[in-house]
Amino acid sequence: MERVYLDHAATTPVDPEVAEAMTRVLRETHGNPSSIYAEGRAARALVDGAREQVADAIGAHPSEVVFTSGGTEADNLALRGRLKVEDGRDGLVTSAIEHHAVIDTARDLAAHGQARLSVIGVDRHGLVDPEAIREAVDEQTSLVSVMHANNEIGTIEPIEAIGEICRERGVTFHSDAVQSVGALAFDVRKIPVDLVSINAHKFYGPKGVGALYVRRGTRIATTQTGGGQEKGRRTGTENVAGVVGLGVAMRIARERQTSESGRQSRLRDRIIAGVTGRIEDAVLTGHPTRRLPNNASFCLAGTEGESLIVGLDLEGFSVSSGSACTSGETEPSAVLLALGLDRELAKGSLRVTVGRETTEAAVDSFLAALARVVGRLRSATAVTV
Amino acid sequence: MSDRVFVAMSGGVDSSVAAAVLKERGDDVIGVWMRLVPGGGEQLDAPRCCGTDEAGEDARRAAAAIGIPFYALDYADVFGERVVGRFVHAYASGETPNPCVACNQHVKFDALLGDVVRKFGADRLATGHYARIGTERSGRRRLYRARDRAKDQSYALYMLGPRELARVEFPIGELEDKDETRAIASRFGLPTAAKAESMDICFVSGDYRDLVRSRAPEAFAPGPVERHDGTVVGTHAGIGALTVGQRSGVGVATGERLYVLRLEPDRNAAVVGTRDEISRTTYELSDVRFVAGEPPSSTFETSVVLRYRGIGIAGRVDVHGTDATIELRSPALVAPGQAAVFYDADEVVGGGVVNPDSR
Repeated sequence: MERVYLDHAATTPVDPEVAEAMTRVLRETHGNPSSIYAEGRAARALVDGAREQVADAIGAHPSEVVFTSGGTEADNLALRGRLKVEDGRDGLVTSAIEHHAVIDTARDLAAHGQARLSVIGVDRHGLVDPEAIREAVDEQTSLVSVMHANNEIGTIEPIEAIGEICRERGVTFHSDAVQSVGALAFDVRKIPVDLVSINAHKFYGPKGVGALYVRRGTRIATTQTGGGQEKGRRTGTENVAGVVGLGVAMRIARERQTSESGRQSRLRDRIIAGVTGRIEDAVLTGHPTRRLPNNASFCLAGTEGESLIVGLDLEGFSVSSGSACTSGETEPSAVLLALGLDRELAKGSLRVTVGRETTEAAVDSFLAALARVVGRLRSATAVTV
Repeated sequence: MSDRVFVAMSGGVDSSVAAAVLKERGDDVIGVWMRLVPGGGEQLDAPRCCGTDEAGEDARRAAAAIGIPFYALDYADVFGERVVGRFVHAYASGETPNPCVACNQHVKFDALLGDVVRKFGADRLATGHYARIGTERSGRRRLYRARDRAKDQSYALYMLGPRELARVEFPIGELEDKDETRAIASRFGLPTAAKAESMDICFVSGDYRDLVRSRAPEAFAPGPVERHDGTVVGTHAGIGALTVGQRSGVGVATGERLYVLRLEPDRNAAVVGTRDEISRTTYELSDVRFVAGEPPSSTFETSVVLRYRGIGIAGRVDVHGTDATIELRSPALVAPGQAAVFYDADEVVGGGVVNPDSR
């Protein structure tokens, strides 16, 4: 059976050019970038090149890029590293719809007395009100962390306005841009943000590698100790092939960003129109227009996520419900509850995220399969009640 | 009928082999593992329970070895309510529940089977039970003991009716013995070191009484131990810790061996008697079910099995609605809450749940 993959927010297939570049590194460059002899220098040159590619793609200076093992580590380094700085500030302000890597880290810091936590709610579209951030910030606030775009519902947050407020108040601003970098133009010269989390496998790069952008002058402490790599901010021998993959993936994403964003938005809108038009009691979740070009997410009354995913998988379609990290829990997603959605409705969540290889024909066959699966689930529920 | 079949995989070798048998036959096999205790398995510490995370990982690996899709689905709510909850309630009311029967009846062949058919659009559910199903030319399905009598599990499947049997398969019930099971397992690279078969209650790791005590502390109030005629001969520590038929521990002074005859929760009393006093020939049953959907006739002769892999006792069944009276040819002892299952040679006819003694 031919599969149709519509879960690009979970992960993306590695671009062939990325795979080729990484394979070449694995085959040809075995040196440790910290070594001073020829093999080491060759590896160092690759890491430096990748750092330039990442920096170029977001308008940063290479020295502002810290490689990590992915988005989760970048988020942890931003929050824990910032709160660890002993400057008399302990306030941490974040939103109710952050990824677990941020919200659970924030809660952990608060639980261990390392941060005073304020969690800001969102409106029914998942938007954070910048004025609410302004009110939550005080003289002792160390960090504000608000994601650029939400992984479940695709809403794009007003991080420019939030960044301006943070800058006015002299507070460090972190944004988890794992879902948006690669999909949206992201330039740190235009967005007043100090720390940005990036994850390669969300834009056709490899899993297990990411980066934290750290604006020059931003103070963060290291959270792990060792050989002092990455200027001591993230010590450990560099994942050479991985960062090369990240660099190439980032360059390709920037080259294709404008055309892909237009093409994918049209597919997304086709899905939104198809689902809300063909399926009764389907609610679009997230903002109607301020959303990621590839994200169509819904709640379908009278269904539940697990059965939707299994039913669609059996028909050959890969989609998700809520965030992949929360699967296996019967609780509805915290993000959907933060929108004020009814618990029962939130259990029937469906996230469809298109990608570079998605075609219009695939979208249409998905819409037909979804109608079949939802019809069956709803009649099954009606029988058991 | 499509050839898509879901297989309930516990993580053990039997259900893995069941999936392998169907896959070899060329069916479109989907493995499914049921989470039966809440995530992490912390609430009920049960290392051998098939519904804990570790077993789920075993099931996932087996499905990958066989080469079939696999899903972990959550049935913790229904298991908690219909199996664990009722188990506690039964002990607290002086009965001796059979959680395997409850799990088959409410979880596997109701909740899961219903989802497989209605939600996922498949036609059939297979499990790793040792039992056989035969199909007559008329289409009628009959339920039999497994070929390997030593592993037979048909006792705990008596509640299956025509609706369920039409959609259920027991692939390993046809296998001759464990050598055949082992051969199939090794062909698919499944772990052959058969885990010790659990005869205990799967969802409690230690003493089940600790679970009953924590959920129903009121069943652990001391009360009188009496003889048949009302003479008080001792004190018990709580009805929740007692089972009809067990040695009572009192009467040592008189040299008599006394067994628990019945439990009367409304006055918190345990009535004890000698072996002769407690063995009976007549039992009342409720929730009586028949594999064919109805009894052979309102009164019929049968062989009654009173425990898992127990020996059949000849007897007569009088059916009245969903209740029945059984009259055994020779006296036997069975605790209320246990299943009495009717067999005709190797065929399962039906069964019911033994009522508390009303004397």
